[in-house]
Amino acid sequence: MARINLDHIRHAYSPNPQNEDDYALKEVDHVWDDGGAYALLGPSGCGKTTLLNIISGLLVPSEGKILFDGQDVTHLNTQDRNIAQVFQFPVVYDTMSVFDNLAFPLRNRGMGESDVLKRVNETIEMLDLGAWSKRRAQGLSADLKQKISLGRGMVRSDVNAILFDEPLTVIDPHMKWQLRSQLKLLHKQFSHTMVYVTHDQTEALTFADKVVVMLGGEILQIGTPEDLFERPSHTFVGYFIGSPGMNVLPIALEGASAHLGAQAIQLSGGVSVQPSAKVEMGIRPEYIHFDPNGMDVAITKVEDIGREKIIRAQLEGSEIALVLNENEPIPADPKVSFKGAGINIYADDWRVDMGA
Amino acid sequence: MQKTWNNKAWFLVLPVLLIVALNAVVPLMTVVNYSVQETFGDNLFFFEGTRWFREVLHSDRFHASLGRQFLFTFTILMIEIPLGVIVALSMPKSGVWASVCLVLMALPLLIPWNVVGAMWNIFALPDIGLLGYSLNALGIDYNFTRQPVSAWLTVVMMDVWHWTSLVVLLAYAGLQSIDGAYYQAARIDGASRWSVFRYIQLPKLKHVLIIAFLLRFMDSFMIYTEPFVLTGGGPGNTTTFLSIDLVKAALGEFNLGIAAAMSLIYFLMTLLVCWLFYTLSMKGETQ
Repeated sequence: MARINLDHIRHAYSPNPQNEDDYALKEVDHVWDDGGAYALLGPSGCGKTTLLNIISGLLVPSEGKILFDGQDVTHLNTQDRNIAQVFQFPVVYDTMSVFDNLAFPLRNRGMGESDVLKRVNETIEMLDLGAWSKRRAQGLSADLKQKISLGRGMVRSDVNAILFDEPLTVIDPHMKWQLRSQLKLLHKQFSHTMVYVTHDQTEALTFADKVVVMLGGEILQIGTPEDLFERPSHTFVGYFIGSPGMNVLPIALEGASAHLGAQAIQLSGGVSVQPSAKVEMGIRPEYIHFDPNGMDVAITKVEDIGREKIIRAQLEGSEIALVLNENEPIPADPKVSFKGAGINIYADDWRVDMGA
Repeated sequence: MQKTWNNKAWFLVLPVLLIVALNAVVPLMTVVNYSVQETFGDNLFFFEGTRWFREVLHSDRFHASLGRQFLFTFTILMIEIPLGVIVALSMPKSGVWASVCLVLMALPLLIPWNVVGAMWNIFALPDIGLLGYSLNALGIDYNFTRQPVSAWLTVVMMDVWHWTSLVVLLAYAGLQSIDGAYYQAARIDGASRWSVFRYIQLPKLKHVLIIAFLLRFMDSFMIYTEPFVLTGGGPGNTTTFLSIDLVKAALGEFNLGIAAAMSLIYFLMTLLVCWLFYTLSMKGETQ
């Protein structure tokens, strides 16, 4: 288990990057805590796999250093970094039994057979694989195979970090939930440093202490699930996290009030932005509700998703979405108001703090 | 609703049936026919029952050529399968050189079999052939037309040269289809090169190697053209394999009954070995 230090890392796949756009991974400078569970979240091609490969040692970054517990491992290869990885598709040694699969990394490192037996049995118990330990790994289901590949990492007591590359892609939906909670539990119990790559926000938010949201090779925000929900630092984060995503509305600022078309919305404090900046207000659907004294909206669509309804409406020429409990009625003359705590202001897509 | 019965569509199968009948069933039945009868020409046939089969099965000549056949097939399988895998493992995975290697590997497979025989015949001639001359110049007494051991070595070498490529190509395709994650996982687990081969590559190659084995078994068991052109079955009978012996019996000696019985025994043996091997190697696949 280790603290991971990403020291001014950049990576370009081409040998001579000319400008910022040539970098598949733009500058990353962060410290990830020992024993933390991190999720790298973002759409395809956002650089999350590049970052994971840099951590695993498959890629050497074009610039910068990576340190495990203060030790520079930038140029160490995968086996010397002492990490474990669970891949998108389950990787097991088909011809070996489940037990031998788990024993493989230990035997390769020359551990004595009695220690192997002890460690493997502990791991088998941890992962609930007891019933299969003598079975050949070949015919097992995908979720068991993923457990085995996780087990091959956990069986080594000294791994610096366990990396997950979209590990639930091939798992049946009903098993996904179970595996995810088990993973979370294992992390609580043994506090390995875990890095989890996914494009599924539910996976990221339920698994991780800290979610790293990436877009276009750039880290937009690292925060707890709550941070990402309440204070997205970039409009993309607001839009990407949550279902439906955050409403982003163009506004004009005047002191502590925001003008949205003909409407004025009182903010909790003054905001100063560059005069040339594009200013927007972000408000999550959960923070908009019907209010007889609010702003006029025209409802365009109602989506009933069971426990709640998603209302799509026009407000001052912008499309908004709001969430309504299934029992709440939709008023005949719909007016809405925004909850002050849910309002974030963005200048050129980045969040700006409001003064008190 | 009334169901219409119209089986006219079966007529569409007729051409295929006809072709299969003409190219497979009828010739096979002719052989079956010959195998139980005796003829003295003039299209006069006498029923002989199982006589030819009994004769073939008790004939020393058949035993000898069958023994040679198994020895030959066993030898080339023992060489070609491992060698093919080794060559495939050492070929580049991608890039220009991968294509160059593939083309080079495919070349021997494109050469007509009798040309292969002729090439090796000339190549191995002790007085003018590059191989034969060089060996003799090195002080090794080598003459494939006179020494059984030299003849065997030459036939085996020729077959290895001609057919290892097939195993290489199959194994290479099998190796290419292994996902990169396996190798990465093996590195993470600290596996040695040998372990990677033993626990990842070999199990993943199992199916293509079974195919390679079956193809090479059947082909080498039926080998005719190349040794016929190279050694003509000699010196003496030392490289007379089953099919060469069969042709000798059928066309050289006009022993139609014996030859037909031999053909059927031969056919059943190939079928049996392939079936046995396939069943045994696929055992335990479906658990």
